[in-house]
Amino acid sequence: MPKRGVISALLTAIGVVLLINFKTPSQQGFAAFNRQTVTGTTNTDGTASAGGTPPPTATVPPTAAATPTTKTITGPAISYFFGTAQVQVTLENGKITDVTAVQLPNEGQSAWISQQVAPILRSEVLSAQSAQINLISGATYTSAAYRQSLQAALDQARA
Amino acid sequence: MTLATGLLRVEQIMGTAITIDLRDDGVPVAALDEAFASLVRADARYSTYRPDSEVSRLGRGEMVLADCSLELRQVLTLAEQLRVDSDGHFDVRHRADGALDPSGLVKGWAVEEAAWILDQAGARNYAINAGGDIVLRGEPEPGQPWRVGIRHPLLAEAVAHVLELRTGAVATSGTYERGEHISRPRAGDGSRDWLSLTVVGPSLAYADAYATAGFAMGHPGLAWVNRHDGYRAYGMIGNASGVRWIEGSN
Repeated sequence: MPKRGVISALLTAIGVVLLINFKTPSQQGFAAFNRQTVTGTTNTDGTASAGGTPPPTATVPPTAAATPTTKTITGPAISYFFGTAQVQVTLENGKITDVTAVQLPNEGQSAWISQQVAPILRSEVLSAQSAQINLISGATYTSAAYRQSLQAALDQARA
Repeated sequence: MTLATGLLRVEQIMGTAITIDLRDDGVPVAALDEAFASLVRADARYSTYRPDSEVSRLGRGEMVLADCSLELRQVLTLAEQLRVDSDGHFDVRHRADGALDPSGLVKGWAVEEAAWILDQAGARNYAINAGGDIVLRGEPEPGQPWRVGIRHPLLAEAVAHVLELRTGAVATSGTYERGEHISRPRAGDGSRDWLSLTVVGPSLAYADAYATAGFAMGHPGLAWVNRHDGYRAYGMIGNASGVRWIEGSN
């Protein structure tokens, strides 16, 4: 049961990132950045909120237009019963090129599970290439959380 | 006449949330009103939850088929074709009490009608999402396909795969729907083979029915769906440790 709990929470954390945190470069208009790190925060109730976003003060080096735009987003640290999960996503020109776990449960059985699960999560996210999702198939809308995520994704898509 | 400049509207109809995401400018807002109104009318006609619906009255024997609306007779004709085609895996009389329940078919049918209303009003780029069953037209932005996330079959808040599509329909049947409208009338129930089955194709009514039947068939369901012109099935297997997206061959 603990195993299932850890994995579920991790996947859920990924899902939150997928549904809420990503914006395509054109939507954020971050062409002025060569590299930027955005760090999210976690509220005590476990919900994620964007925070600590650095002001867009970076200037464009003369050569920036010729180099690919790389962006690293660190998702909110999601605390749950077995520890804390936090992922970092790297985007190049709006496409996800890497996903790494910044924090995963690191004690006992949970640590072993983290080692097993992290690569699976990484491949899932990379295959999903979720810079943006317009809509979701297969939902039955039974959970309030799902509705919230869906609405957030929809709102974001139109922002 | 009020014209839309891109609109996103969500309404609760047919027991689910229906979203119309219109990306075109210059479509009369009245067309969206009419599209939603057609869904409300479809609910009144087909709902099994409303005792006064045509479906409920027909099911109770209070009216005969000849007295039913042309639309309901068309739906029931299509349902019979699908039952035969799927060797009974799609059956609108799948319920234990034998009651008529065409809800696995009429949602797609009704959403297609709403899409037709938008098409007639000049809409070219929009998506309708009816509780996870989707009709797509054109593109969300010029040059960009619609990105359809496929729900993680075990985690309602996660996305397990993304399909990039333009015009067409997407329907997904999953274990999370079990007990609703997945029919399992046969021995050797195959509905444990897939965590979910997604079907992409031109018509939502067919895509929805094929997803339902293909899911119930189990492993052979993938090839069965792919035998239908223009339709492709994708299965999701795995467990809580990870899921895998399977593309079948013909």
